[in-house]
Amino acid sequence: MKKSLSLGVVLLLVAGILLGGCGSDPKNTITVYNWGDYIDKSILNSFEKEYGIKVIYEEFATNEDMYIKIKAGGSSYDVAIPSDYMIKRMINEDMLHKIDFTNVPNYKYIDERFKNLGFDPNNEYSVPYMWGTVGILYNKTMVDEPVDSWKILWDEKYAGQILMLDSQRDSIGITLKMLGYSLNTKNINELEEAKIKLMEQKPLVLAYVGDEVKDKMIGGEAALAVVWSGDAVFMKRENPDLEYVIPKEGSNIWYDSIVIPKTSKNKEAAEKFINYLCDPEIAYINADYIGYSTPHTEAVKRLPEEITGDKTLYPGPDDLANSEVFEDLADFLPEYARIWTEVLAK
Amino acid sequence: MKTFLKRGYTFLIFFFLYAPILVLIIYSFNDSKSRAHWTGFTLKWYKALFNDQYILNALYNTISIAVFSALIATVIGTMAAIGIHAMKKFPKLIVMNITYLPVLNPDIVTGISMMLLFIFIKLPLGYLSLLLAHITFNIPYVILSVLPKLKQLNKYTLEAALDLGATPFYAYRKVVLPQIKSGIFTGFLLAFTLSIDDFVISFFNTGSGVSNVAITIYSMARRGINPEINALLTIMFIGVLILLLIINKRMTETDLFNK
Repeated sequence: MKKSLSLGVVLLLVAGILLGGCGSDPKNTITVYNWGDYIDKSILNSFEKEYGIKVIYEEFATNEDMYIKIKAGGSSYDVAIPSDYMIKRMINEDMLHKIDFTNVPNYKYIDERFKNLGFDPNNEYSVPYMWGTVGILYNKTMVDEPVDSWKILWDEKYAGQILMLDSQRDSIGITLKMLGYSLNTKNINELEEAKIKLMEQKPLVLAYVGDEVKDKMIGGEAALAVVWSGDAVFMKRENPDLEYVIPKEGSNIWYDSIVIPKTSKNKEAAEKFINYLCDPEIAYINADYIGYSTPHTEAVKRLPEEITGDKTLYPGPDDLANSEVFEDLADFLPEYARIWTEVLAK
Repeated sequence: MKTFLKRGYTFLIFFFLYAPILVLIIYSFNDSKSRAHWTGFTLKWYKALFNDQYILNALYNTISIAVFSALIATVIGTMAAIGIHAMKKFPKLIVMNITYLPVLNPDIVTGISMMLLFIFIKLPLGYLSLLLAHITFNIPYVILSVLPKLKQLNKYTLEAALDLGATPFYAYRKVVLPQIKSGIFTGFLLAFTLSIDDFVISFFNTGSGVSNVAITIYSMARRGINPEINALLTIMFIGVLILLLIINKRMTETDLFNK
């Protein structure tokens, strides 16, 4: 028994050295840093085959996690896909390369609506990857009046049937929107007003949730919930009684965009990869897999009508008239954190 | 009535311990991606899992890192424990406090400080840095599970062996090690489990595409956990169960043999 045990250990060690020790040529590889489950992985393989460039792929869960890893500079990320406000912050801190758009000819397919955005006003650093909105998902069998305003989340009729997001920027943001303020406000009086509103709402709220909102809404456990548009489509498919709306006061519109961090050692290959992601067929495959809204005009054309015709994923410019993109709050962020803590602690 | 209550209580405890795992196993066979509906039995998540090179790689990394880090930490930790045990009172106090510190330290502090160290000495983040990080946080746990066994030792047995002409190394191997075996084994298992469990330290100390199961699951938080993960965890749970059964069977067999 002792012998077989030590033999096993030796075998494991050898296997580990053989499999763990494969190195790779840094000149012909790129490291891609993306959200979890946020790309059709067959695209990585087809890119490797077509260009002979090896793709090392890593995943993160939040913008802040990604920021820490890139800022520390331990590994050489060539391509990353952060969200709007984080891109602004990385530009401000000089962490991003300017993209050479002559190497990304497929950029022409990106819808003009999604160029010159606030976080990258001159289109120098980022290429939009996916976008979406925040809105109200409601169950038609439980809510009989038309839903078009954030105010319905403060209606006592629905006490105990409302789900809010456990996310400070989103929950404070929609409250500010309801009050008619900007969701990027740095005015402390407006924030305090939002705090009082959120505290008033608290007895009506069933729960402050994250990912589990999907199961609860599909299962009909609540009448109203604040959700992201990409998730709303999935929930509507699972439960046809659900409907999604962007309230008239406006909401948050978000972008995840592709950037090249300064840690990159292979900028040209990174640009090839970005161009590949913007290839019409590839962008279509990817948008179809992820199920969020794509900013790629050709990909939209290839998607089935029932998806692109759905205002949940593809709202018109009118529906977004009052919506804003999150900005980097920098030094003011602790005030939002304090307000949110006070609301939750009440 | 009393036995009924007793049994009911035991049942409740086991129910709360195992119900979540049971739910997870059931949903790994659910046709729908949502956990709100049961839409039919399927094996498609298992098929998808075995075709998902990324998750399989993560599983391989998790297990190999757990085995190697636990083995190496057990060797280092056991030697350290023997050394600490032989120390005088005051130095022992100091070393023990240094040992306790990483255990009490929040993971995030350990994780980030190790990352900064690796970057400072220009070690590229990847498999090696991940392994080193895991060995580092495992060592104190091994020391802490071996030391109590050493304290229980009758110190005269070692002295007797030395008096009878055994070399120190031979005496440790034949006299001390067999008596602290169970402590070493506990330390190994503890290190192994902690290594599989760890997310925070792993996240900051990996790079170059090396991921483990914890990082893979955690990074799915925004998009929702893919049911492939249910399938993976089911397989891992059954793997551990089989391992336990084998160990138990072996142990009872050796017990019988000893009698």
